[in-house]
Amino acid sequence: MSAFLQAIGYPAWALHTLILLPVVGALVLMVQPVERHVKWTALGFALAELIVSLGLWYGFELGTASMQFEASHEWMHQWGVTYHVGVDGISLMMVLLTTFTMPLAVLGSFSYIKKKERGFYSLLLVLTSGMLGVFIALDLFVFYVFWEIMLIPMYFIIGIWGGERRLYAAIKFFIFTFVGSLLMLVAILTVYAVVGTGTGTYSFDYRHLVTNAWMVSRWGPWLFAAFFLAFAIKVPMFPFHTWLPDAHVEAPTAGSVILAGILLKMGTYGFLRFALPLFPAVAMSPVVSTVVVTLSVIGIVYGALVAMVQPDFKKLIAYSSVSHLGFVMLGIWALSLQSIEGAVLMMINHGISTGALFFLAGMLYERRHTREIAEFGGIARVVPGLAAVLTVVSLSSIGLPGTNGFVGEFLVLVGSFGTQPVATVIATTGVIFAAAYMLWAIQRILFGKLDNPANEKLPDLSLRELVVLAPLLAGIIWIGVYPGPILRRVEPAAAALVDLVRRPAQPQLLPLTPQPRVNE
Amino acid sequence: MANTVDLVWLVVALPLAGFLANGWISFFRPQAKRAVSVIGVGVLVLAFVVAVAVVRAAAGVEPAWFFVVKLWTWMPAGNLVIDVAAQVDRLSSVMLLVVTGVGMLIHVFSVGYMREDPGYARYFAYLNLFVFFMLVLVVGASFPVMFVGWEGVGLCSYLLIGFWFTEKANADAGKKAFIMNRIGDFGFLVAMFMIFDATGSLSFREVFESAPVHFAVGGTTITLITLALFLGCAGKSAQIPLYTWLPDAMAGPTPVSALIHAATMVTAGVYLVARSNILFAMAPLSSAVVAGVGALTALFAATIALKQWDIKKVLAYSTVSQLGYMFLGVGVGAYTSGLFHVVTHAFFKALLFLGSGSVIYALHHAYHHTHAHEDAQDMRNMGGLAKYMPWTAGLMWVATLAIAGVPGFSGFFSKDEILARTFARGAEAPYFYVLWGMGVVAALLTAFYMTRLMLYTFHGPNRTGERERAHLHEAPWVMTGPLVVLGAGSLFAGVLNLPEVLPFSGRLEHWLEPVTEAGAVYLPEAHLAHGTEWALLGLATLIAAAGMAGAWRILKPGSLVPARVAPAEAGWRLLLSRKYYVDEIYGALIVRPLVWVSDRVLWKVVDALVIDGAAVNGSARTTQLVGWIGSRLQTGRVGAYVLLFVVGVLWLLRAVAGQGS
Repeated sequence: MSAFLQAIGYPAWALHTLILLPVVGALVLMVQPVERHVKWTALGFALAELIVSLGLWYGFELGTASMQFEASHEWMHQWGVTYHVGVDGISLMMVLLTTFTMPLAVLGSFSYIKKKERGFYSLLLVLTSGMLGVFIALDLFVFYVFWEIMLIPMYFIIGIWGGERRLYAAIKFFIFTFVGSLLMLVAILTVYAVVGTGTGTYSFDYRHLVTNAWMVSRWGPWLFAAFFLAFAIKVPMFPFHTWLPDAHVEAPTAGSVILAGILLKMGTYGFLRFALPLFPAVAMSPVVSTVVVTLSVIGIVYGALVAMVQPDFKKLIAYSSVSHLGFVMLGIWALSLQSIEGAVLMMINHGISTGALFFLAGMLYERRHTREIAEFGGIARVVPGLAAVLTVVSLSSIGLPGTNGFVGEFLVLVGSFGTQPVATVIATTGVIFAAAYMLWAIQRILFGKLDNPANEKLPDLSLRELVVLAPLLAGIIWIGVYPGPILRRVEPAAAALVDLVRRPAQPQLLPLTPQPRVNE
Repeated sequence: MANTVDLVWLVVALPLAGFLANGWISFFRPQAKRAVSVIGVGVLVLAFVVAVAVVRAAAGVEPAWFFVVKLWTWMPAGNLVIDVAAQVDRLSSVMLLVVTGVGMLIHVFSVGYMREDPGYARYFAYLNLFVFFMLVLVVGASFPVMFVGWEGVGLCSYLLIGFWFTEKANADAGKKAFIMNRIGDFGFLVAMFMIFDATGSLSFREVFESAPVHFAVGGTTITLITLALFLGCAGKSAQIPLYTWLPDAMAGPTPVSALIHAATMVTAGVYLVARSNILFAMAPLSSAVVAGVGALTALFAATIALKQWDIKKVLAYSTVSQLGYMFLGVGVGAYTSGLFHVVTHAFFKALLFLGSGSVIYALHHAYHHTHAHEDAQDMRNMGGLAKYMPWTAGLMWVATLAIAGVPGFSGFFSKDEILARTFARGAEAPYFYVLWGMGVVAALLTAFYMTRLMLYTFHGPNRTGERERAHLHEAPWVMTGPLVVLGAGSLFAGVLNLPEVLPFSGRLEHWLEPVTEAGAVYLPEAHLAHGTEWALLGLATLIAAAGMAGAWRILKPGSLVPARVAPAEAGWRLLLSRKYYVDEIYGALIVRPLVWVSDRVLWKVVDALVIDGAAVNGSARTTQLVGWIGSRLQTGRVGAYVLLFVVGVLWLLRAVAGQGS
């Protein structure tokens, strides 16, 4: 396989293609003559994207933490901006998660989206490029550009194709994220300037900045805070999470799936890729560490408890995300090999399980035009297929062993106990609350008497819906019983990160040593 | 030899294949009941045969045989490497045979019992899946793999309790079981984290072999680890304070109660303690807690069983109580005795449940014929059934004598051994004499409530109803057949481990020695004189006789009236029949406050008012306000602009002048 990829020159063009293909797709959709065919064209591009990305999986070299499939292109030389991309084990998994989710999101929208299809599917494709860009950027300026690009399509997806309160939700989503990212921009520019002054090389290059970021010295805490805010809102961490339930509830199914499946991971990915490597000493200082771990643990328990009492199924899933992402954050900050690997795996798992849950919520919505849990009840009798899938997905979401959810949660917790024993024990109570909210919800939806006449004639899963759900189910079981191939790809990157953060290159809190500025 | 042992994966895989096949049928050919029966029962028969072959092959390798069959690497993460591997040793082989053997019988019984159920295929799919997970639990070679089975059986228990899910009560019972089990699983998880932190491994072999290096006897770490593990056991094996799910679990089909909630799953906690015997032996405090909770549960549940009318509820509390005995056994370090009771209990309690299933089946059909809506499980609607179903009555009497502890029957030997070993520890601390006393009282109550159950069900006048009586008859042979086999087990399983004063004593003891000797090193030598042992055997006999005779004398089945017209209970009877109101107390103290706080405080105040209301929308409103003030300045009147302009220029000039001076 690897030889074949080499023969076709895959490593050189893979990442460029992944970014450009969806954009080309969006343009094609715009000029496509027959509106009926738009969704199929979109599906075709999403599948092509998936196929291209598979080469990354097979061609990925194991056992090394260095960036692979690296490619770069001059962009704004005078500012030190280079279009530089590449993947390590962590970003590889995020890229694959994205390319795996997108065809499903497209196919899952076929019957949901009935107006302005051209625009909708074009935006989905543009969004794909934006998200992939975030995960593969190795230049902070490029990263920031992609980070903002993906905001726009999502804003329109919620704002145009959303539910009744779609404008409120869209604006809330936009402003929350934008406030965070503007501060991050300031921080990026500051790091750029300080490192530029210190080394004489003005560049946004990731490696350059990570190696020399210690020069920011006493500005470190402030710069870290700016990054932290941007990423924490995206994750979202308690108490920056309130945009999420609104955005999820109002977004169309595909929007919710992408939001939960991929967009939230950009926050946790940001911590792994940027916030920690740039400011290891600040991030791991006792104060910051205590705050982050505490917020994570609060998020786990709080998200689960609030999820328990939600009358709206999509809101319930949204709050469960707050809880799940709390585990990821705990794993990141516990900073052991197992906890980081678990965190990355959990990012994937959450994408699969929560994505599937949102698909199912959407399928229920399309049948009944309601998201209220109380409107259902006893429908397992009329829709056994949907009931079986919903049960399996719920079990994966609550981390039943044998499903993907368990492996991620277990690795996070077992890895976190060594450094954060108290937080880990409290976090573990999350498994109890998760069982409570999820089982209670599916019981109220599926079991009991079928007493609402509106539910008596519900159709079971269609073939198209089954095709959307089947890959997710396969992922749930595959990762549950054989996560080895993923863990082996993530491990070197996770180990390198632990190493980098544990042993910072230079102490960060030294006074800034003035260096002569080199004029070109 | 080793090649045959490797086939252990097949024992586990067969029920999984059965689940997949029956699951497929349940969706696409739900009426293909014959195929379902053949597959569902067939995989169990095959699994049992292979299991016997595996154990025979392994047993041929002396001494202290121990095999780990690795299938693939599950979680490779740095120094944590968890393999999907099966461990065949003397302990897991006992459970392997019990699970596949008893499981096979109960599958056969189910063919008759569930014959008319529309969810027949789904039922067998779940039952096969349960056996799969139970086998994973039993043969897993590490804590995490065991945990897969541990939570998996909980899932199947959840699915099967709520099997008739259109009744809300059944679905509720399933959910309750799952959540209470999860509370226990929290303990299991935390224990695993601590074990990995301390030893750097989670595989049984490495952890147990290195335990003496990593832990100090009686140290804090080992005590916390074992207490956390025991929390897991309390959830799975229905011990105080997590026992309340098991009686509710009777909402499931009766064969499920026999298989999952009596013979196999609920004994997993005992198995875990026996498996980790070295850890518990190194933590005397935890072991004392295990024994104490066990004795307390044995006594407490037995009192509740005295006053239940639902035949399955009596058996459910009886199970909780008997599980208490098992924990008393493993708590005092009598790991073999605890496991011995697991085996004998599997026989007689499965028999009791299946027998009660036959009774319920008979009543259900009788009521069905006459279209009456009476409770087919209430003993007040039974009575005199021995005449109509002699086989069931006779076999259930065998099981009753076994559980009551009548000499010669299996339960006598296993229960006596636990009590004797507890008594022996009394020399070391009087605490154990108290536990022994509780166990003796519980034995008395056991003999009493079981005799009550038999009296009310099978003897005295019949209360089923005039018209229904004609339709009462023995269940078909596919159901009675398994009862006969279990009856033989209830009678003779005692020979597996006879007391020391008898010939052929202690076979199971020797069999398990390679497993239990690890912990035995840390246990005090407790030995009973032969005289004392004879005295205890005599006392046990006396207790059983007293309990049964007492029930026979005190209870008057003739004075009972059918449930429909029965008077309400009062006083202590009410307290017992309402199970000390423990469910109500849990609801008032834990469940409702938690829901209330989540809803009214966390969601509606913290989330909606504080974060969203004050912080988010508040800052939005502030922005709006500032914008509004700004917009008020844009009045459009030139005069006002000029005025502001002049004021501004003057202010600037003053500032510049001030700086210049």
